[in-house]
Amino acid sequence: MTTLFIVLILIFITIAIWQMIKIFDLSRVISGIKVDDSQIANDDDNNMQGKFMLGFLAFIYAITIFSFVKYGKFPLVSNAASEHGAEIDTLMIWTMVLIFIVQTITQFLLYFFSYKYKGNKKNKALFYTDNHKLELLWTIIPAIVLTGFITYGLLTWSDVMNMQKNDDPMVIELYAQQFNWKARYAGSDNVLGKSNVRLIDIDRANILGLDENDVYAQDDVITTELHLPVDRPVLFIMRSQDVLHSAYMPHFRAQMNCVPGMVTKFTFTPTITTEEMRENPSMIDKVININNIREDKSKELAIKGEEPLDPYEFDYLLLCNKICGKSHYNMQMKIIVETQDEFENWYNQQTVFKNSLIAQN
Amino acid sequence: MAEYIEFDKDHHAHHHKETFITKYIFSQDHKMIAKQYLFTGVFFMGIIGILLSILMRMQIAWPEEPNIIFDFLLGKWAPEGVMDADIYLALVTMHGTIMVFFVLTAGLSGTFSNLLIPLQLGARDMASGFLNMVAYWLFFVSTVIMVISIFVEAGPAAAGWTIYPPLSALELAQPGSGLGMTLWLVSMAFFIASSLLGSLNYIVTVLNLRTKGMSLTRMPLTIWAFFVTAIIGVISFPVLLSAALLLIMDRSFGTSFFLSDIFIQGEVLHYQGGSPVLFEHLFWFLGHPEVYIVLLPALGIASEVIATHSRKPIFGYKAMIISILAIAFLSTIVWGHHMFVTGMNPFLGSVFTFTTLLIAIPSAVKAFNYITTLWKGNIQFNPPMLFAIGFVSTFITGGLTGIILGDSALDINVHDTYFVVAHFHLVMGISALYGMLAGMYHWFPIMFGKMMNKNLGYVHFWITAISAYGVFFPMHFIGMAGLPRRYYTNSNFPLFDDLADTNQIITMFAIMGAAVQLVFLYNFIYSMYYGKKAPQNPWKSTTLEWTASQKHIHGNWQGKIPEVHRWPYDYSKPGYKEDFVPQHIPLKKGEEEY
Repeated sequence: MTTLFIVLILIFITIAIWQMIKIFDLSRVISGIKVDDSQIANDDDNNMQGKFMLGFLAFIYAITIFSFVKYGKFPLVSNAASEHGAEIDTLMIWTMVLIFIVQTITQFLLYFFSYKYKGNKKNKALFYTDNHKLELLWTIIPAIVLTGFITYGLLTWSDVMNMQKNDDPMVIELYAQQFNWKARYAGSDNVLGKSNVRLIDIDRANILGLDENDVYAQDDVITTELHLPVDRPVLFIMRSQDVLHSAYMPHFRAQMNCVPGMVTKFTFTPTITTEEMRENPSMIDKVININNIREDKSKELAIKGEEPLDPYEFDYLLLCNKICGKSHYNMQMKIIVETQDEFENWYNQQTVFKNSLIAQN
Repeated sequence: MAEYIEFDKDHHAHHHKETFITKYIFSQDHKMIAKQYLFTGVFFMGIIGILLSILMRMQIAWPEEPNIIFDFLLGKWAPEGVMDADIYLALVTMHGTIMVFFVLTAGLSGTFSNLLIPLQLGARDMASGFLNMVAYWLFFVSTVIMVISIFVEAGPAAAGWTIYPPLSALELAQPGSGLGMTLWLVSMAFFIASSLLGSLNYIVTVLNLRTKGMSLTRMPLTIWAFFVTAIIGVISFPVLLSAALLLIMDRSFGTSFFLSDIFIQGEVLHYQGGSPVLFEHLFWFLGHPEVYIVLLPALGIASEVIATHSRKPIFGYKAMIISILAIAFLSTIVWGHHMFVTGMNPFLGSVFTFTTLLIAIPSAVKAFNYITTLWKGNIQFNPPMLFAIGFVSTFITGGLTGIILGDSALDINVHDTYFVVAHFHLVMGISALYGMLAGMYHWFPIMFGKMMNKNLGYVHFWITAISAYGVFFPMHFIGMAGLPRRYYTNSNFPLFDDLADTNQIITMFAIMGAAVQLVFLYNFIYSMYYGKKAPQNPWKSTTLEWTASQKHIHGNWQGKIPEVHRWPYDYSKPGYKEDFVPQHIPLKKGEEEY
């Protein structure tokens, strides 16, 4: 209802502006002023629109400043929770600085020239067709700057994507299906058992299609929460059983698609435990802010007689980030980063694959 | 000269034979076909596309509230006014498909390539008027099928405009992948056939039907842009057709080109050995050049409009041509930047990062050349000029964030978030839209012999400009906060609760931007009938279309076709009293061309 109201108001405002312009024109006709109805811009128009150009430049700057102030603490440029995340953030910040500088200067030139050289009957434009030096300048400068950024970007990319052999990562499978995630730990041998969707046997609770005869599969552990020990490299092997999904872990600056019929990989080392992240001052601010919003909303819900919202507590998340069907918007898994001891404690309570199967009778 | 007169006799005889059907329906006249594309592609499909986006934005802003608009427009898809999650994805998909293909490809190129190629080159018509007519009618069939698909029982295609399999291939995965997706694919097959016929016609016309004196380096930049656009289209659209055909085989004939090892809804499917990544490669081999198929015509139009209205030659004409060619070439070797996180080999990622960021160089040249064209100009702020300046502005803002997305390392984290949505809407959506609107205001007198109301044009531009930045600027930051695109609601993630108010602001700007397009529509239709009669050359432009007959005749010029003696940008040339010298005026003795 509110929406409809807003739509109507906007439409009326538009109509009102147009009517005012019409009245303004008519009043000039009535008062006998000669009206230029050629529909071609005259000097008055040029003056007015030139000023609007400057005004619009101010608008662009204002919206830029507003956005940086309001979203200044955007979580994706600070507080990366993985080793390579910090590298990506630095690259991001440098790129943003470059963009900010170029944007500020070019928009200024564009709108300022539009204002400064607004048309006038008495003036004539300068006939200026070419200047090879200038053009060379703005070919070469972007080329040099970009060479720098390409090199920097590629070095970062190869750091992120190429795992070192001596890292000895823990192997975990991320398994996607409409519309949930499973994690499979490789067990004490750190090797995942063979699997294929054709081996899925729901009746025996072999939900990921593991090869029941494979020795490596016996100690695998399947969970619905992803627990990671801090400071230990993790090699994620990703699989999907139905459509494309994408394992997106924004806090770790990590993302990789899950593709049915093939496996994909991504590696990272978590560096901040969930507990530590919850105590991070900017995270505390964010959580307080979100909880205030949720409280306000709860009050509205209470008036309607509905259940209030739960208070929010920070957790790392794995989100699906590739359109995958109806419940794409709610395909998530909680990630818990903890100390080695806590991790082992949790891990030892899980059931290994061979014990989780239901005997068929 | 004699042959022109001969031609005229034939032409007059031919002209008188035009009946209502041959003039307005099965017309072979490029000017009429341009208008047909305009009304079907831009107006009809444009209105649907915008409406879908508004429904989508309202859902994002107020996800829980029952909405009578949903109730009214979506019917069974919004029981008691609450939108269904499947139909949300369908809205996303159809909005993307309609906007990218129907409005900004067929609508934009179809209207302006058809209108301007013969008129600016000094040709009587396209190389093949018949093929041109067939191209339009294939497009019309494609439009009808696509619109029908919106109304099928199980809902339209809903796998995103990129229709990645297996989601688009399996009805078990999503109801929209049934009949809706079949119609989508059939419609696109017609569309591609239409686009290929159109493009071939444009290419042949540009190469063969230029008037005497119109060498390639005397062609207006609009024609260069349309010409190169047509070439990219011919190179890349067949690849999409092959992808669509293979997908049809997978869907209907049990092949496994894109599918393998699938277990869905309790059953194992027979597919084995295919790869969805193959589809992604085929799709984006079209999909990325497609961005430039959309953008280049807008660049061409902006070049022409900026030069004319700032009364100055376009700065660095040859550099502009070279950069169009460079952009076109690079556009065909960068498709992998849409696929950095698909599991593609990381080394390939490096290659695509390299080629992608190279595009920034010709783009920078273009942006600086536009700005230099304004410098020391005598800028006439007619409505088309405002849109052309707006075009340069959004082209820069949107283009710059491409440096983030094109960089594989940074893309990891913003891939498929709202950051991407903001980026491509600014750089190709809004920019191309501005280019298109600039073109409509600029060439309205050619199309209808009337002038559009300038004050309404001003209102239209400024509200559109504020709305465009209001929608897409904050959207970058939502993306950087990690919000994924194509989520029906964000309320399952308390993490994103602090972005809800921004989403509401964005939606309000979007509604404002959509509403002000009605002003344009009104101005356009009103001016068609009751607008002030246009003078022969209202913008004092140098190009040939302004010398053509104002009366509708099939053949464009009453007498003989004008000859060309100079490049198209002799604005404010020293030695002339007027501040423009049309292309058909011979050079004075001792005058240098440029």
